[in-house]
Amino acid sequence: MSIFIDQSTKLIVQGITGRDGSFHAKQMMEYGTQVVAGVTPGKGGQTFEGSVPIFNTVQEAMDATGANSSVIYVPPAFAADAMFEAADAGVSFIVCITEGVPVLDMTRVYPYVKEKGARLLGANCPGLLSAGKSKVGIIPGHITQPGPVGLVSKSGTLTYEVVYKLKGAGIGTTTCVGIGGDPVSGTSFIDCLAAFEADPETKAIVMLGEIGGTDEQEAAAYIKAHVTKPVVGFIAGQTAPPGRRMGHAGAIISGSAGTAEEKIQAFNDNGIAVAVRPLDVVALIQERL
Amino acid sequence: MNIHEYQAKELLAAQGIPVPMGEVATTPEEAEAIARRLGGAVVVKAQVHTGGRGKAGGVKLANTPEEAREKAQAILGLVIKDLPVEKVLIAPAEDIATEAYVGIIMDRASKAPVWMVSSAGGIDIEEVAHTNPEKITKLAVDTRYGFLPHQAYMLATKLYTDVKQQRAAAKILEQLYKAFVEAGASLAEINPLITTPSGEVKAIDAKFNIDDNELFRRPEIEALRDDASEDPAEVQAREANLTFIKLDGDVGCVVNGAGLAMATMDLVKYYGGEPANFLDIGGSSNPEKVVNALKIITSDQNVKAILFNIFGGITRTDDVANGIVTATKQIDIKVPIVIRLTGTNEEIAVKILAEAGFTAMTDMDEAVKKAVALAKGEAQ
Repeated sequence: MSIFIDQSTKLIVQGITGRDGSFHAKQMMEYGTQVVAGVTPGKGGQTFEGSVPIFNTVQEAMDATGANSSVIYVPPAFAADAMFEAADAGVSFIVCITEGVPVLDMTRVYPYVKEKGARLLGANCPGLLSAGKSKVGIIPGHITQPGPVGLVSKSGTLTYEVVYKLKGAGIGTTTCVGIGGDPVSGTSFIDCLAAFEADPETKAIVMLGEIGGTDEQEAAAYIKAHVTKPVVGFIAGQTAPPGRRMGHAGAIISGSAGTAEEKIQAFNDNGIAVAVRPLDVVALIQERL
Repeated sequence: MNIHEYQAKELLAAQGIPVPMGEVATTPEEAEAIARRLGGAVVVKAQVHTGGRGKAGGVKLANTPEEAREKAQAILGLVIKDLPVEKVLIAPAEDIATEAYVGIIMDRASKAPVWMVSSAGGIDIEEVAHTNPEKITKLAVDTRYGFLPHQAYMLATKLYTDVKQQRAAAKILEQLYKAFVEAGASLAEINPLITTPSGEVKAIDAKFNIDDNELFRRPEIEALRDDASEDPAEVQAREANLTFIKLDGDVGCVVNGAGLAMATMDLVKYYGGEPANFLDIGGSSNPEKVVNALKIITSDQNVKAILFNIFGGITRTDDVANGIVTATKQIDIKVPIVIRLTGTNEEIAVKILAEAGFTAMTDMDEAVKKAVALAKGEAQ
């Protein structure tokens, strides 16, 4: 099994004719994802790559294809409306890749999507990949293989680094989820941990966090109370100076809060094995499988 | 993005919040002239993007225009937390009866802006939150409906018992919320919000932090940016669409992705080195970005070795390789470069680099170790 997406995922690509949208739509199709529709206002009636119908609205795409998920590649100014539109059309799993979405917009989108009963991943995330089944987003397909590890991370390329090292040691993944590093986003570490705990094929979990906020500390407390599977954790930003935004909008140490030390301490206190280097994840996982 | 106190006060005044404005001076003479115009005692305040100005000697009371000049002279020469003071605000000194704190901050846990108000004002609110949390009233705002009048009034009743002051404070809170939203802020605070002996409610000091993601649609806020108050290399990086933060070490780092960039810095430290910077070239790289990144890093005289750590996903490693080759033709790079590339179009990248005389590595840890050793002048 896997979490959130699998072979049965039927995907709409919002912004399929844009530079990023078209590139990644092709990549997802090559990986085996069922891309059933694209949406670009004004281009309804055309087809993408000769096979995927394009619609003007998400509602039309839903009505015609019975899709259950969507992925958004539109510029930041239009991202909030794209998320609202997907939720309005009844999409149950919405992944927003767009980077640079204003936080105020996210404070409106998040409760709206939740009240519609949908799940949102992102914004500003690399998406997710269920190895050998489906990928939604931008995670390169070749860097992992099917296996027993579930991975959840705030970072894109750091995720690639770790799953690539795991693959090098012959260890594959069920699902890799990039939740993004923005201050307000749809899916949290805890949402993913709960899903991995419930997934019978996931035997161990890797959690990659970073400085800023208290998400990792809350996740650590959740793990102690609710997760029976072994968890290996890593925190990026041990050398980050306070008060500076380290790329991700959420990666900032404010006052004494959100430091790597504080998060690593929370991992140690709650029975999570701590990888000092990304490389150490491999041995720690091997010991626990 | 941070803005200065005087700019924050202008945002408040634009909403109609009573705030004694004062004027900005860049020389002691200007400070004296402003103080003379204002009449009476003034406060001379350093305009720098950091807290703790008072403790650093950056805020002084002056009773006469001559004294304002002297204080301005002293403050304009200060460096507070590495930031030289280029401007001072000369504000009228107010008679203060009480001080309160009101602020609204984007809260990750609530996924909403959250008000924090306290009748214990004029102090470090984080300190109060820690030691006397019961003295702070919090309220999350559902931004879909906005900040409602009854909510503003409820918060105001936590600050004052006098009905007139409650009404005045409720109005100020609604105006501050409007300023927060219109500026695209992640934090907006008035500290202190004072009452005068005659009972007026006024804002004395204000602080705004702006969400960088808002700037594309708020040119009037972007215009408040003060490049002079930032590190020149960071300004140059921002203009080149790179995320760069200068640090004190000697291993320059060029990485794609924020998480991997932080992990790379950590690894430099782990293997005994010190990172010279955080630099994220972002997702969809082009060779030009790499050229700009190398220009910025090589302008730091402390850098003794440069480390590229690229894991190609959307980033094409051949773009990065082309950028490195172009940059080394344009700039005279005197320090060794260690290149680690893996992922999208790796074979092409390795070939491009080999033709230009570079060896690409595939393992992150090995590359970091090599860069650290080279920075220390150890032979490899």
